[in-house]
Amino acid sequence: MISKAIKVTGIAIFIAALAASCTTVKEYQKNKLNDAEMSLGSRKIQKTESSFQSYREGASGANGGKTGGGCGCN
Amino acid sequence: MVLVLFSSFAQDPVKDSSQYKSRKLTFEEANLVSSYYHQDGNNSAVTGGIGSEKLSDLSNSFDVKFSKWDRKSRKHSFGLEIGIDHYTSASSDKIDPQTISSASHADTRIYPSATWIRENERKGTTIGAGLSFSTEFDYQSFGANVRFAQKTKNRNGEFSASLQAYLDQVSIILPVELRTGGTTGDENDYPSKARNSLSGSFSYSQIINQRLQIMFLLDLIYQNGYLGLPFHRVYFNDNSLHVENLPDTRLKIPIGFRANYFAGDKVIIRTFYRYYHDDWGLNAHTAELEIPVKVTPFLSISPFYRYYSQSAVDYFSPFKIHTAADQYYTSNYDLSKFNSNFFGAGIRVAPPKGVFGLAHFSTLELRYGHYTKTTGMNANILSLNLGFK
Repeated sequence: MISKAIKVTGIAIFIAALAASCTTVKEYQKNKLNDAEMSLGSRKIQKTESSFQSYREGASGANGGKTGGGCGCN
Repeated sequence: MVLVLFSSFAQDPVKDSSQYKSRKLTFEEANLVSSYYHQDGNNSAVTGGIGSEKLSDLSNSFDVKFSKWDRKSRKHSFGLEIGIDHYTSASSDKIDPQTISSASHADTRIYPSATWIRENERKGTTIGAGLSFSTEFDYQSFGANVRFAQKTKNRNGEFSASLQAYLDQVSIILPVELRTGGTTGDENDYPSKARNSLSGSFSYSQIINQRLQIMFLLDLIYQNGYLGLPFHRVYFNDNSLHVENLPDTRLKIPIGFRANYFAGDKVIIRTFYRYYHDDWGLNAHTAELEIPVKVTPFLSISPFYRYYSQSAVDYFSPFKIHTAADQYYTSNYDLSKFNSNFFGAGIRVAPPKGVFGLAHFSTLELRYGHYTKTTGMNANILSLNLGFK
């Protein structure tokens, strides 16, 4: 119970620190952020990997892939 | 003469085409993703938690995207995708173990989908909708989704929400020992049961600085109907044979976090973490790390590693452990307690003049991964992505 509270507190502090360190980035400054390999989603080539993981594991979702349904997967 | 001299240096006014947006439907990009997957293990659910899990799958999907602008300067994107997977399986061949090789040893799944997205750059809003369909011998699915996204005022953050529904039908193909009456093997001969899935997906992405951006993801998924598979055998401790029996509802809550950081000029660090919980008792952690290294501006090599661990669902027991007192029961090792490791590397080529000098062939990617579970199952996957613009 206490360790769970410590974990939640730690996560909240981490999120607050990240939010506080945000700077506004203009469009012309986004050359590194706009790199294809910096995209925040799974990449197209990972499509089948996400698929087999949803079949072979019990967990799914929160990654832009399958969440359940649409196939005979878990 | 002076006028002639001046006119020879006169230029037509330069037309500024940077603001021009075509209202004609224009091809934007296409991708072909192909993968070969092969696995093996010794805990097949079809044979009650024992037996070969050998399976090979050849997967191909092709997607194409078109776009156009409307009179209000909103961008409309139309996406079409079709996927075809063909698999052969030693375990599904055992649905009827009395034949040398039955029709169930192989199957093909076809899954087309269509999407529409409208982006309003001035307001920073996006709306979209999509339809999907999937068919294989024993499973049909109709899906629909809608989505909304809103960027922050400074365009450094974006909140998005989507709602997705799948209305599925599972053909009830029992293990041959438990069938009563005959069937011709025609898919129309088997009764079917419904499986419905409704999910809400929420995400917030934020640029932290010129090198770092992060995203939080949350899904809420509710399923009801027939949530097991009818050809999964379960042997009780009294040697009696049963079909897997799972609850007819399931609530899943995965929470994810992504962070991508561009270190120096050549290295990108991509990270992902997910915590998953559902009301069947399964809790899972997933952690991924991928490090693309730009050997040149157009060639990168990306090693990756993924660690996964899960607890068992409340209804799992191995071969011949379940008893008649159990209301729900499964011997599917995909729902057991295990850890897994997945590692490999990819190579990506995206030269400005096109791959092999072909102008529209924009990207070539190749990726290999090796997957192992502590249950003894292992797999290899090789994927290829060809991008065209």
